[in-house]
Amino acid sequence: MTNGWLPAAAQWVHIDWVLLVAAAWMLIGVAGVLALRRLTLVARVLFPLGGAFGLVLTGIALSAALSSPEVAVLPIGLPGLPFHFRLDSLSAFFLIVIGSVSAGVSAFAAGYFRKGEGTPPGLLAFEYHLFLASMALVVVADDAYAFMVMWETMALSSFFLVTANHRIVEIQRAGYLYLLIAHIGAIGILLCFGVLQANTGDYTFANMRAQQLSPFWASLAFLLALFGFGAKAGILPLHVWLPEAHPAAPSPVSALMSGVMLKTAIYGVLRVFFDLLDTPLWWWGLLLLVVGLATALFGVVFAAVQVDMKRLLAYSSIENIGLLFAAIGLAVLFSAYGMQPMAALALTAVLYHVAGHAFFKSLLFVGTGAVLHATSERNLGKLGGLIRTMPWVAWAMLVGVLASAGLPPLGGFVSEWLLLQSFLFSPALPSAFLNMLIPVVAALIALIAALASYTMVKFFGIIFLGQPREEKLALARDASGWERIGMAWLVGGCVLLGLFPVQFIALIDPVTRSLIGAGMADGVAAGGWLLVPVAIERASYGPAIFLLGVAASFALAFVLVRTLYHGRLRRAAPWDCGYPWQNARMQDTAEGFGQPIRQIFEPFFRMERELPTPFDVEPRYRVSVGDHFWHWLYLPLARAVERLAGVIGLMQQGRIAVYLLYSFATLITVLVVVKQ
Amino acid sequence: MTWLGVFSQLLEIVAALLLAPLLSGWINQWRAWLQNRSAPGLLQPYRMLHKLFNKESVIAEHASPLFRGAPYIIFGCMALASAIIPTLSTDLPLSPAADAIALVGLFALARVFVSLAAMDVGTSFGTLGARREMLIGFLAEPALLMVLFSASLISKSTSLTTIVETLANRDLGIHPSLALAGVAFTMVSLAENARVPVDNPATHLELTMIHEALILEYSGRHLALLEWAASLKLFAYSCIGLALFFPWGVAEAEAPLALLLAMPALILKLAIGGALLALLETLSAKMRIFRVPEYLATAFLLAVIGMLVHILLAA
Repeated sequence: MTNGWLPAAAQWVHIDWVLLVAAAWMLIGVAGVLALRRLTLVARVLFPLGGAFGLVLTGIALSAALSSPEVAVLPIGLPGLPFHFRLDSLSAFFLIVIGSVSAGVSAFAAGYFRKGEGTPPGLLAFEYHLFLASMALVVVADDAYAFMVMWETMALSSFFLVTANHRIVEIQRAGYLYLLIAHIGAIGILLCFGVLQANTGDYTFANMRAQQLSPFWASLAFLLALFGFGAKAGILPLHVWLPEAHPAAPSPVSALMSGVMLKTAIYGVLRVFFDLLDTPLWWWGLLLLVVGLATALFGVVFAAVQVDMKRLLAYSSIENIGLLFAAIGLAVLFSAYGMQPMAALALTAVLYHVAGHAFFKSLLFVGTGAVLHATSERNLGKLGGLIRTMPWVAWAMLVGVLASAGLPPLGGFVSEWLLLQSFLFSPALPSAFLNMLIPVVAALIALIAALASYTMVKFFGIIFLGQPREEKLALARDASGWERIGMAWLVGGCVLLGLFPVQFIALIDPVTRSLIGAGMADGVAAGGWLLVPVAIERASYGPAIFLLGVAASFALAFVLVRTLYHGRLRRAAPWDCGYPWQNARMQDTAEGFGQPIRQIFEPFFRMERELPTPFDVEPRYRVSVGDHFWHWLYLPLARAVERLAGVIGLMQQGRIAVYLLYSFATLITVLVVVKQ
Repeated sequence: MTWLGVFSQLLEIVAALLLAPLLSGWINQWRAWLQNRSAPGLLQPYRMLHKLFNKESVIAEHASPLFRGAPYIIFGCMALASAIIPTLSTDLPLSPAADAIALVGLFALARVFVSLAAMDVGTSFGTLGARREMLIGFLAEPALLMVLFSASLISKSTSLTTIVETLANRDLGIHPSLALAGVAFTMVSLAENARVPVDNPATHLELTMIHEALILEYSGRHLALLEWAASLKLFAYSCIGLALFFPWGVAEAEAPLALLLAMPALILKLAIGGALLALLETLSAKMRIFRVPEYLATAFLLAVIGMLVHILLAA
């Protein structure tokens, strides 16, 4: 703020407008509380209004991305401890993602929420917009206090959103698990800030930037940040809440959590590693690379065997987060050896994937919401053939699926391409050991990307293609008007990100310049419409030409076939291989599609099989796929905590005399200690 | 971009479209000869395509537009793939649009569409074929990428034209990594093109087929396009192999005379390669589907070892 508490609007700079949008979102939330059960008002006015403010935020952030950092201080909070805010290019980039993705999700939500689903619609609107506002404020917070307040607001509001259907026991459990891990992570972040301020007592980020930490303390801060933000992002082994909480939440909320909230953790990681800490150490990069790849491989293998469509997407989010962490690791590695242009390339891949994943994962989650409402089924084994009854949703989802599978010419491929390019530059690293490791890592990334397309074919094919596996699916209704608008917006994002990488990298360039002092824009601008990371002989990619090439061949083949030959078409029953009793239940199932993966990656799973014997009257085949981490890490941990609580419980006698005795004993001990 | 470049680009696309069925016919002929059968004519694939284009297309009652559009998309992908692989010349205006990674992406795009189209009608064989195709794909795709990376590390570029230019001008026999990559590439191309030992292009035995299961529901012009796309894919893979391991004879920029020589050189190389492929297929037996992941994992590891060898020797 320039002068005084409320300057004239003409003097307002971007950051003031950002704060205003956040305030507007909170006001919309309050309006929701006032109109608690008036669904029409909430759905037709409040959610679209929230979406419109998302667009406004995108506009502000777009113009802020290319201007210099701005700061603001709000005298709210504790006396003498005001909130500091700062809008730099990194914040602006994440605000663009938050604003543009939430605009689509809000439009979808306008058509989504209905009566009788647990929490009343007005309250949902309150939690939803509070969630949006807190995410926007997290990325502009400039002191630890404001950051933690917003971070906790984000965790709490999303917890209440996850438990919207709070009468269902599984959802209660999922919400509890989410809240628990979110808070354990928050402790890590809090301690990290404590280390970063280096005993100065000043918790502003400006002070943290100025501190020169010794390698030990810097590494401690790094590990704490990795733990804290990793818990929010869902890296191994802190991922267990993700596949529980994402399916439990209403679909627009899952979309926001997976598409946007996980990215605030990436924001935190980038802020701490590249901005608050000075020069990184090389082993940080290695650790990030290993953790990221393990997470990604674990996520994609588990995604391939899921039979619940939202769980499948949740595991796919774990995979993407893993890839992001691996790419950040590579950027840290390059940066530690002073190879800034390479680091910029890896970091550009990270930010591109942040935006790409935000769009396609939100699209896929809202799409599952539309399917869920139309069929009330989440189980892949009971879906099928929906492309005929729900064409809008199906075609929109196809775009999301292709982007998620990392196929050209959509958004997911660009980031994968940039990432693989940065791996190919790595032989220049000064350490022979790392040089040997990098090809293996690149191979793993390629494997993960290919597995992702396996998963996505399964996801799309089982839900939308084939014949309906249940009779009620024939009655499924396509998405409503608002839902279509929201999905179309997200589809547009996926396509534009895929086709115009050069233009989008112009937005990323100031971020990498401010974080590591190098950017890609110069090289990229030289390529014109081609994406050229370094030099045109080295590598180039032109998605627009690429799409044009495929489309031109498509059109040419189509026209030529029809003019040279004919366009006759006859519809008949499908070929039944001479077995006329085939029905829809004989199609390959989701379990069947996952079977090769279960077999190849068997050690990954904790599998329990129930096989029928030849003498069973009612033969049953059941297989359950569990998570080793749950059995080896979390359950023993929970048991240990319970045992400890039991031991402490022994002290609780419930008699006043005993408690007085404790106080007396404590007093004596203290006196003895103080005396000496 | 020069006029000569545009000309060689067009020539390359036309050559690929026309030569691809010929290559399939040539391989089939050799297979028949090696197996002591009397061979069909060399032009049999063209007659087949002509016949299929003339026939009316019969599709399932509930097939969606995806099913009808997929053959065109797959054909488009393969046409673009053959346009960006430098077979005749390295002076290709379209080549900067897609490098080696994008080429792998292009094949993946085609694979995803063929699998989705197979799942569309909802017969048991279609979905089974889709699952198997994706299974092969998820192991073959990274292996192919690693092979291309081995070549990229040598030429310090992922651009296919630069790779071919560098490899064509190098001294003989100083790249052991390319030998490993070559073995891996051969294994991957056999799997990717539905050849023995992974799949049998001549089979219609329902339990073992992969490629045929995918296109079981197609007929008429759609089938013709898919068959043409399959032979284009084989052609493209052969050309990648030639470009990586036998890049001699490809014309470079500003050399119209070399372009004239490039065509007979390509045909000669393809003729030898096709005969060798037929020999390889005749000598090996089809393996069980559950052994395929092992086979492909071997190819994948070989390619990764090839990259490691390169880095070891370079260090």
